[in-house]
This record gives sequence, structure tokens and C-alpha cells, in this order.
Amino acid sequence: MWADALVIGIKLAVGIAVLMTMVPIMVWVERRGSALIQDRLGPNRVGPMGLLQPVVDAVKLITKENLVPVGVNRFLYLLAPTVALLVAVSTFIAIPFGKGDGLSLFGYLVKGLIVAPDLNIGILYVLAIASLGVYSTVLAGWASNNKYSLLGGIRASAQTISYELAMTISVVGVLMTSSSLRLDDVVAHQEGAWLWVIPRWNVFPQLIGAITFMVAAFAETNRLPFDLPEAEAELVAGYHTEYSSMKFAAFFMSEYVHMTVSAALVTVLFFGGWELPYVGVIGSGWTAAMCSLAVFAFKVALILWFFVWVRWTLPRFRFDQLMAIGWKAMVPLSVLNFILVGVLIASGMI
Amino acid sequence: MVTYVFLVAAGLAVVFSLVAIVHRSPIVNVLSLVLVFFALAAIFAIAGMDFLAAIQLIVYSGAILVLFLFVIMLLNIGWAERLGSGRPLQAFLGLVAATGLGAAVILAATRVVPDLGTVLPGAEKGTVFPIGRALLGSHLFAFEFISVLLVAAIVGAVYLARRDD
Repeated sequence: MWADALVIGIKLAVGIAVLMTMVPIMVWVERRGSALIQDRLGPNRVGPMGLLQPVVDAVKLITKENLVPVGVNRFLYLLAPTVALLVAVSTFIAIPFGKGDGLSLFGYLVKGLIVAPDLNIGILYVLAIASLGVYSTVLAGWASNNKYSLLGGIRASAQTISYELAMTISVVGVLMTSSSLRLDDVVAHQEGAWLWVIPRWNVFPQLIGAITFMVAAFAETNRLPFDLPEAEAELVAGYHTEYSSMKFAAFFMSEYVHMTVSAALVTVLFFGGWELPYVGVIGSGWTAAMCSLAVFAFKVALILWFFVWVRWTLPRFRFDQLMAIGWKAMVPLSVLNFILVGVLIASGMI
Repeated sequence: MVTYVFLVAAGLAVVFSLVAIVHRSPIVNVLSLVLVFFALAAIFAIAGMDFLAAIQLIVYSGAILVLFLFVIMLLNIGWAERLGSGRPLQAFLGLVAATGLGAAVILAATRVVPDLGTVLPGAEKGTVFPIGRALLGSHLFAFEFISVLLVAAIVGAVYLARRDD
């Protein structure tokens, strides 16, 4: 009982610490990465290679004036950034980031330290909580009493609803192959290789599903090329125009946390989770847990770099193009993937 | 323990559904409805129906109520008009009908669910499988028929929304 409570406490603390540490790291990667892509230097004054720049940024944001504009709906205005951060952080709990079988600590069998404990709805929990993220942008847009904010909020809700559909349908294909909603079962199903060459990752038979899921993830996290809710050329800053200091930072952090969670989901669903191709799991017990954690972190890091790479390569879409892509390309493609997976399963190929 | 969690969730559901009806700001109405659905999801979860809890959040809080909020913001409805007492007879009839319906629901609930204690703690674990088997097994016809109905509704909506070219 108490050991279980302790495990849950440790997992929450570590999870939040990891997510909150990912934010400054990703900010640094993004700024240096954009500089690399655009052939500039990027921030290089503070610390070696500008590594301390995020610390300085955080101090700047904390010490800025905490402004609440006149004419806002005060309660909802303050609620919106809270919801943004809460939703972003709580989706991470259900994601298994390593092999956690048979771990014991001082002779006590620890369950659920790395894999979420006995959550038989797994992916549905993540989707359910993530679908609530739209409230933060919508509320921020409405409560700010600013037309640019409102336009940003309305865009955000339309965009999220449209792409959620494609995202969910592309997840269904993965769930069909592993015939389980539990994310650790999804990872376990991707062990081994076909003909000793191709890893049994879902991305190979379900390339279309992987692509639609990634595109939908870009849209759900409001990242370029789909950052229409905060298009600075037309909407000042969109739904967070009226937010300053740490309230703005909450939105900023939640974007990067969402990105990390999306990258972790892509890894688990399509790239074999913590499985090292051709090797499988190294050792057992704590060795296996730590090695699988390292493999998982490496894969997530690669996908996060992909997010940054795309952001600084592609221009922003127009809003009607965004809607057209969502409804006329992504939804039909994800349905196509769904049918293909069904055919492959029926013919016994996967 | 489970009973207390249930009582808190049920109490929150009742309080916020009252707020959803009574408050004059449509935005607050929708937001309190979100909290009602949260409380209902919590009740499903402590009854062991994790799948229903997740679906409740995905479908209602994540999709339908966002659409509500979207429409309210597009129409920019500030404050709802307080309905006057222009039609006292209708108001009285409505009250009688609502009371009767409430009484019928409570009666039915007490008959069908005689004891909360026997039903609440983990009625059936892992409810994804039973629900899936029921939907694609014994209830396959109804399931497919509903999807035909939904397709008809979508076609109707597209027909109504089309431009006159």
C-alpha cells in the first residue's frame, strides 16, 4: 500500500521533472537548430554554445510584469494557462517509457514505476486527456477580450477537432495489429524482425498511418506548418496575445510538453518503443529498465529533432488549405490505412 | 473509500448540472457541463468501467462541448435573456412533467439498482473486451444500423450546407 503510494509519487515527480527539463532543452535545440538550418550562429553568448540561454530566458519571464488587461473575464483568463499546463503534463503519465517487469527495490516488487500500472484503456486515456487541451486555447482566446485572441481561439478549436479525427483513425490501425489498447502490449508486439532484416515496427506495414499520425500531431501541437492559431503575421500572437510573464510561459511550456508527449506516442505506436532493433532488450531487471529507457529517450530525441527540422523548413499553410488537408487528405488517407491494415491482418501477413 | 469518492463525484455532478442550467452566461454553462461530464467519467471509472470513462471524456468533453463553445463564440452570445413569466401555464406543465420524470427515474433506479455497495466496486474489470464483443457480436446489426443512420445524417448535413452553384 505505502510502497505503491511511494512508487506513484516517485513516478509523478520524475515525470514532471523530466517534462519540465525537456522544455529548456527543446528551446535551446530549437534556437540553435533554426540557426543551423538558416546558416546563422544562434544564441552563443550565455554559457558554452549558448547552453545557459534558456535559464536566462526563464529568469526574464519570471521577472516580467504580471499584467492582467482591463475588460477580461478574470477567472477564465487565469484558468486558461493552468488548463494548458495541467493537460499537457497529465497525458505523459500513461506512456510506458521502458521495460518495467520484475523490478524489485529492497526486496519489494515494484509495479508501475516505468510502465503505467494496469491501465487497460492505455491509449484512450492519453487521447481523452489530450482532447481537453483545446479548452485552454479556446478559453484564452475568448476571455482575453481581444479580437485577435478570439480569432486564434476559434481557429485552434476548428483545427484541433479536424485533425483529432485523422489522428484517432490512424491509431486504430496500430491497435488492430496488437489487439490491445495497452501501450506496453503495443510495444511488446513490435519485437523482433521480418526475415531478420526489417524490424517489426508498425511504421513499415502502416507507413500511411504513421504519416497521418505525425501530421495530425503537428496540427494538434500547433506547430509550424500548422500554427495558424498564433500566426504572427495576421493575428499578433493569436490566443496568447494578451498574456505576459509566466502566464505566457505556461502556454509556451505546454507547447513543448505536448511536443514531447507526441514524440513519445509516435515512438511507442510506430517505432517500437523501447525495443532496440536486432538486439531486443538487454539484460533483465534494472539493467533492462535502464537500457530500454535510454533507447526510448534516443528515439524520442530523434523525433523531436524531426519536429524542429520541419518547423524551420516548411512555410505556414493558409487556413483554408489547412482545413482542406485535414478533411480531404488526412481523413481519407487514415481510413485507407485502416482498410489496408484490415486486409493485411485478414490475409495473415501481420 | 470508494463510496466517498462516489458521493463527491455525484455531488459535483448535481451541483454543476444546476449551474449549467441556471447561470446566465452561456460560456459558464458549457464549462460547468464539462465538469459534469468529468464527474460522470469519475463515477464510471470507480465502477470499473474505464473504457466508458475515457469514451465519455473523448466524445462529450473533447468533441461535442468544444463544438458548443465554438458556436457560442462565433455567435458572440454575451448573456442569455432571463425567460419572463409570460406563459405561466406552460411553465407549470413543464414543472409537473419534469418532477414526474425525475420521480420515475429515481423509482426505476432504486428498483433496478437496489444496493450501491454491490454494484460500485469494480463491477467488471477490463470492460474493453466485453463491450467490443457485444458491439461486434450479439449487437452487430444494431451497431451497423446506427452507422447507416449517421451516414444518412452526414449526407443530409452536406446537402443542406452546399452552395447553390
